[in-house]
Amino acid sequence: MTDITKGAMAPPRSFLSQDAVQLFYRLLAAFLICAVLAVLSDSFLSLGNILNVLRQASLTFFIASGLTLVVLTAGLDLSVGANVALSACLAGTVIHTTGSPALGILTGLACGGLVGLINGVMVTALRIPSFIATYGMLWVLNGLTYWYMAGETLHGFPAGFRQIGSGYLFGLPIPVYLLLVFLGIGTFFAQRTVWGQEIYAIGANPVAARLSGIPVARRLLLVYAVSGTMAGLASIIFLSRLNSAEADIGESLTLPAIAAVLIGGTSLFGGVGTVFGTFIGALILTLVLNGMNLLAVSANWQPLVTGVIVILAVWLDMKTRRRAQ
Amino acid sequence: MREVAVVAQPNPLQRIPGVAMVLVLLIALFSVIAPGFLSVANLSNVLVQSTILTMLALPMTLIIMTEGLDLSMGAVLTLTSLCVAIVSLATKSMLLGLGAGLLVGTAFGLANGWLVAILGIPPFVATLGTLGMAQGLSLIVSDGQSVVGIPHSVRDIYSATLLGIPVPIVMALVTYATFHGLLYHTRFGTYIFALGGNREALRYAGLSPNRLLIAVYAIGGAMAGIAGLLMTARMNSGHPTAGLGLEFDAIAAVAVGGTSFERGNGWLLGTLLGVLSVGVLRNGLNLISLPSSVQVASVGVLVIVALFLDGLRSRT
Repeated sequence: MTDITKGAMAPPRSFLSQDAVQLFYRLLAAFLICAVLAVLSDSFLSLGNILNVLRQASLTFFIASGLTLVVLTAGLDLSVGANVALSACLAGTVIHTTGSPALGILTGLACGGLVGLINGVMVTALRIPSFIATYGMLWVLNGLTYWYMAGETLHGFPAGFRQIGSGYLFGLPIPVYLLLVFLGIGTFFAQRTVWGQEIYAIGANPVAARLSGIPVARRLLLVYAVSGTMAGLASIIFLSRLNSAEADIGESLTLPAIAAVLIGGTSLFGGVGTVFGTFIGALILTLVLNGMNLLAVSANWQPLVTGVIVILAVWLDMKTRRRAQ
Repeated sequence: MREVAVVAQPNPLQRIPGVAMVLVLLIALFSVIAPGFLSVANLSNVLVQSTILTMLALPMTLIIMTEGLDLSMGAVLTLTSLCVAIVSLATKSMLLGLGAGLLVGTAFGLANGWLVAILGIPPFVATLGTLGMAQGLSLIVSDGQSVVGIPHSVRDIYSATLLGIPVPIVMALVTYATFHGLLYHTRFGTYIFALGGNREALRYAGLSPNRLLIAVYAIGGAMAGIAGLLMTARMNSGHPTAGLGLEFDAIAAVAVGGTSFERGNGWLLGTLLGVLSVGVLRNGLNLISLPSSVQVASVGVLVIVALFLDGLRSRT
């Protein structure tokens, strides 16, 4: 497999025909998990639980959607979880000191976006491999957050702000509406805009992309900044849902986000995948974890299962693609 | 860059300045700003505390030389440390505890090697997956609690001395000598250089790159098992977050030590100096009463700077 043939040069816009089967398998998997859980657990099909699954899935999706763009360029952002923690803590502090949720939301988004931008600079200007650069960033952010919080917990936010994460509109949780909005924006951006198509091209073949005049460095900066900003958005939702912020809230978020992207069929080697697939991935992962919860499996098992799912997802993806070639 | 010669022997004269300068600068800095840094007690403390990291950073050097990475090392160390604690608690035997740690560590190393070599999964994702698995297993076997009351035979390993030298330091020195011999004076070592530099050449020479690669990851897992014994002895308990982030310190030591992430050549002495740099940095920041969170952040900055410099060097 040389760089030229990798990722196939077929335009990603034809994903409906090319990847429709893949997507169908994933939807089938989601339905199968639902069917099994409905049989095993009485409470699975209750309205409360279904809404809970959707809300959980939307939290994973916000982080994973930005990450999808990064993975489409054959990069990786391991700092998203730590980014959520720092953004949430800063946003929480701003809301507490100024009393203004709007300023807090702005702070969270700005902090997330800035971290993403720095990641982008490390990858493009300093040419550090993305998984190492963002892994370093993970520990820098972790250290900063723990130092800043010094073991404190921020608690208690205005009722209006808490509506974002825990409120309902016409019977559906508000995060679910946000999920639909960002699913729409993400899909439109990736599939129907020039910039989105350029991101696919960079992932499929960076040399060809550069030679065809795509400003690779600027698009990569954008992609990492978007990933960071989405982590910032997730931090706001977390903050308003939990009504508190601690330094360690991000530690269990990165692996599930990566799992959602990979289950969703986005290839680690770049150029292949969709934001909608990531949504399905987030849904499948949440269903599995929710099912374990309903069946009274200890939460201690969650990292183990998520780790197995990550490896399985990559392996299946590589196997199907190898066969396709 | 596949054009690199099969045996890219390191050029010490070119390399020593980088990491040695970092180490000397850090020592100079902390002797000025951190009272008590230069005392014999503190310096030997730095050495003893660096031993666990040495045992992870040396195999990490080999893994990175194969253009790989092992993000699971810290989590695997946590798990092996718990295994040592649980088994030695149950059997009152240090050796059985060490055996359990070695077994579990090697199993994880083999799994990492299998995922990377046979299934072809990119190392950073494969080992991220096994990181989750090791973390999960640690929580499961310990139920999230510390394992306390381990026998004296385990605890004594950390405090005992041999000919006046603390046993952990003896173990680290033996490890270094073994790795040095392995990498620079055996055929296996030459093959490791080739794994990163020119994998095709190995195949043409009738060797199996996959089996070599699995062996390299297995060595990493086994070393995490031995380091797990030291960790349990040091903490006098097994704890489900004992090794959290240690793999990052190991990667930092390797990166500062001048081993390249892209060109398949490594330098063990550089890694050793890198380990000491990380140890001095953490100890010094500790002495001037900066919290461990700042230490973590500063190691992160150290890695990014080292990689940036590495990138600069590779372009010239």
